[in-house]
Amino acid sequence: MNNYELMIIFTPVLSEDDFKSAQKKYTELVTENGGTIVHSNPWGLKSLAYPIQKKTTGIYWVLEYTANPDFNEKLKIQMLRDEQIMRHMITKLDKNAVEYNYVKRNGGFKITEKMEG
Amino acid sequence: MAKNEIKYLTAIKQEKPKKKFCRFKKYGIKYVDYKDVEFLKKFINEQGKMLPKRLSGNSLKYQRKVGDAIKKARQMALLPYVTDLLK
Repeated sequence: MNNYELMIIFTPVLSEDDFKSAQKKYTELVTENGGTIVHSNPWGLKSLAYPIQKKTTGIYWVLEYTANPDFNEKLKIQMLRDEQIMRHMITKLDKNAVEYNYVKRNGGFKITEKMEG
Repeated sequence: MAKNEIKYLTAIKQEKPKKKFCRFKKYGIKYVDYKDVEFLKKFINEQGKMLPKRLSGNSLKYQRKVGDAIKKARQMALLPYVTDLLK
């Protein structure tokens, strides 16, 4: 069971409830295949740094989950078939990353403030 | 040539350059998050290109981590590949 982080950019024409149903679809896909959801973090509509498929804005969604290694292939096939998704990225999280995300989520991050100075 | 007027071939370096340090070792940061765009912007110049190690002052291990994070951020359109506006 490794920790993974999935980031998806949806097309901006997606309505709010479509966005929610898409989220639910993928979270169910993870839990069905024996994975667990650690944290789901929809960023919502954001402007892209460069146009993707002629669109300059996209709906971002970050999902942190744990799953067994062979699950990601199934997830990728689902995402490539889904035309609402413009781009996706799965990153493997090592222990520092997991700890960083955990600290970031609850109770800020003392180092960052000091680092800004 | 006048006796007192001594011309140096190279300019004398008056001000001492600020001692560079690896901020990751100093502040004990272990992971560079590709989603943290504000932090990554410290490591790219106006054109959006990555700063080299000698300018950013990073040690090799963390410069590679920063490089990977910047490439991931560029892939997910959080950072532009090339731009001309002042960051």
